[in-house]
Amino acid sequence: MDSGVAKSDIDGYLSASMGGGDSESPASMAEYLGVDHRYIDGTMTGGSSFEFHLQHAAAAIRQGLCETVLVTYGSDFLSRMGRTLGTGGFGREGQHVQGPAQYEAPYGNTLVGAYAMAARRHMHEYGTTSEQLAEIAVGVREYAGLNPNAMYRDPISVKDVVNSRLVADPLHKLDCCVISDGGGALIMTTAERARDLRQPPVYVLGAAGGQTHWHISQMPDFTTTAAATCGPAAMAEAGVTPDDVDTVQLYDSFTITVLLLLEGLGFCKRGEGGAYIAEGHLRRGGDLPLNTDGGGLSSCHSGMRGMFLLIEATRQLRGQAGAAQVPDCNIAVACGSGGWLSCIGTVVLGREHP
Amino acid sequence: MTIEVRAVEAWTKPIPAPDPVSAAFWGAAAEGKLLIQRCPSCGSRQFYPRAMCTTCGTDPEWEEASGRGTVYTFTVIRQQGAEPFKGEVPYVVAMIALDEGPMMMANVTGCAPEDVSIGLAVRAYSVEVEPGVGVVYWEPAEERP
Repeated sequence: MDSGVAKSDIDGYLSASMGGGDSESPASMAEYLGVDHRYIDGTMTGGSSFEFHLQHAAAAIRQGLCETVLVTYGSDFLSRMGRTLGTGGFGREGQHVQGPAQYEAPYGNTLVGAYAMAARRHMHEYGTTSEQLAEIAVGVREYAGLNPNAMYRDPISVKDVVNSRLVADPLHKLDCCVISDGGGALIMTTAERARDLRQPPVYVLGAAGGQTHWHISQMPDFTTTAAATCGPAAMAEAGVTPDDVDTVQLYDSFTITVLLLLEGLGFCKRGEGGAYIAEGHLRRGGDLPLNTDGGGLSSCHSGMRGMFLLIEATRQLRGQAGAAQVPDCNIAVACGSGGWLSCIGTVVLGREHP
Repeated sequence: MTIEVRAVEAWTKPIPAPDPVSAAFWGAAAEGKLLIQRCPSCGSRQFYPRAMCTTCGTDPEWEEASGRGTVYTFTVIRQQGAEPFKGEVPYVVAMIALDEGPMMMANVTGCAPEDVSIGLAVRAYSVEVEPGVGVVYWEPAEERP
């Protein structure tokens, strides 16, 4: 409705959900919503699913498989499961565990613990500090203060972050995202069709994805993600360099997630993420404002945050971000991380027709 | 036998469910052997066990590892909502780089969490949690004073 597309115009549908069973499958969702599609995709890569969806939908539209795509996401994670995602463990007491998880489940790792191991390794290799990671949470919280819908809005300091309790060393409570309910949707169509719609269009300039592993214990190098390949690929397709980017919406399940994505995308050199963050680029007023909706660290995280990265990037490029608006915002990068730093999807969006 | 097998009184943690590929690994661990896979065609070593070599697709063969390794990275779990782990915090979850190359997740036991560091030399032992299922743990390789 917001876009001005009639429901009957939608002929492509994509969605992903976590733990919702058959009722949340793309086909079931298409039935529920009454979408009469000729193209459907339910790629599920965890939190980055929607960056992959955007890539697939763009290809499908260019190929003529469909013209107008709806991508949806909804989650009642907090209501259904409480705050168990990060520290609830991956196996129940006495449960027999099948598949690759059988090699992890006996050891009581947590989701936070998986990212903590990446943070620990980065600190070991490059001297990254907890204070540098904390800067990410502090900057994102400042933006949350501008978002009336954010869960946590009061300013925090680096000291607050490093003095918050350790959940899994070296990650503190305030290095971790919130857990919430949430949902979102986006419409994609041809540039020609978008011209007559109600909202100013935002253009997909580049999109690429990659995967290095799924289970954390299979991560080949705990300081390198697939952003190192799909980031440059998406920017090359878009014909932009990191210097051209006006804002980044990066998956901030944890502070370390942001640092690894920044390095992979090429905004700083490998190993120099900590120093780069400390220079303030990502803060409000910096040259690369990060997660201007308050991010997962302070605003909302309903399990698969990739949808919100695309929505906020779009709001920025339309000039509709209110007090959080980045001045002269022409190019935005959204980068989602799914699984355990496993599947990374990078999208470059622009305000002007390429 | 290359790794020590220790008794366990009661096991309430999640239990690996042996499948046609993993049964040999869990069974060997219960008998004091740490197995990894080696490809007879390209020589690649891998863990966890699979029905194919992830490098070239050939059927892999089992190889007995030394049970020696070092800590590649680790965390100390301090908040955990799931039983029975909840009662064991703080404890160490680590990635162990085996001397043979592959990495595996495990707990490092036998020392305080504060004594674990990246690069720490560790050795494997196993606990038979069910008949034919040995879960592998690691502890510092050198005896502590």
